[in-house]
Amino acid sequence: MRLAGAIAMAVLLIAALPLHAGEIPHDARRSGTTFMALATRAMQDDDTANPGMLWALEGEELWNKKDGVSDKACSDCHGDASTSMKGVAARYPAFDRELGRPVDLEQRINLERARHQQASSLAYESRDLLALTVFIAQQSRGMPIAAGSDEELAPFVERGHELFMRREGQLNLSCANCHDDNWDKHLAGSAITQAHPTGYPLYRLEWQSLGSLQRRLRGCIFGVRAQPYDFGAPELIELELYLMTRAAGMAMEAPAVRP
Amino acid sequence: MAALINVPPKAKRGDVIEIKTLMSHIMETGYRRTAAGDIVPRDIITSFSCRYNGSEIFRADLFPAIAANPFISFYTVATDSGTFEFEWIGDRGFSATAKAAITVE
Repeated sequence: MRLAGAIAMAVLLIAALPLHAGEIPHDARRSGTTFMALATRAMQDDDTANPGMLWALEGEELWNKKDGVSDKACSDCHGDASTSMKGVAARYPAFDRELGRPVDLEQRINLERARHQQASSLAYESRDLLALTVFIAQQSRGMPIAAGSDEELAPFVERGHELFMRREGQLNLSCANCHDDNWDKHLAGSAITQAHPTGYPLYRLEWQSLGSLQRRLRGCIFGVRAQPYDFGAPELIELELYLMTRAAGMAMEAPAVRP
Repeated sequence: MAALINVPPKAKRGDVIEIKTLMSHIMETGYRRTAAGDIVPRDIITSFSCRYNGSEIFRADLFPAIAANPFISFYTVATDSGTFEFEWIGDRGFSATAKAAITVE
């Protein structure tokens, strides 16, 4: 009886703690925006000062430009992006049934190009791919992040979470060591933040350019002196997916500005 | 090249108005090297100007230390309805223009 009681108690305790150890409580979650200096926030909030909007403008042109063997533009099938793409980026990475795995927004754009436009793939971090991605992401501005709700994504989210928790590199640090345990502190002069990818693709002042979440992740992995995964690697997609579920319900901000 | 211009569409005569411009440009300094050790050639905007109904009201020279996608903001007095014309000139024959209209009452 005692043992059964202990087990029941343990089960109750586990049930009462839906969070993983060290994870940020739901109501303490913050967007990276709230860690920024007022001047950087003002830059993000003013569409005529936010350099990310330059890419969004180019993305709108590309959305309406015919391309590939089939000579079709995105808009020929999807019409007005402000209605057809509203909320789409908030659900990515999403499960692709043909491939049987999740794809992020950049990969989705290239899949659509291959399947429907018979056009060549755009390279990761190329100006055109970032422009199209941010133009689509912009249509979800202010909407709650809703990625990972598809049941088939569960194992991928879990793998992303494992990657997040796993120590690696010469510094032997996991993502969680900074972003769960020390987000209220600084690394040199920079705020550590909570790893909620609310505004990607975003304009990073350090990059002097727009960049994707994968670029940011590779930067972090390089920072702990580990070997970064290649762009498009399944591990990066799983990490992206976990991070988006971590930020579930938070408002989309693309194109955000970060220091 | 994409440019973002923010001019108030309407103003009262004599108002001081803020004009904001954002130009898409890499502003490559000319001081960086590739992995092979070759210099990446300088590619910057060298000059920006703004004309208000044909007369120049603002001009700036730009240098390699200026960040990518230069954001330039300045003030002027709204005198007459008309057009602001902006021009950016740079290395490698770079040239871009933009326009914005204003109604002054």
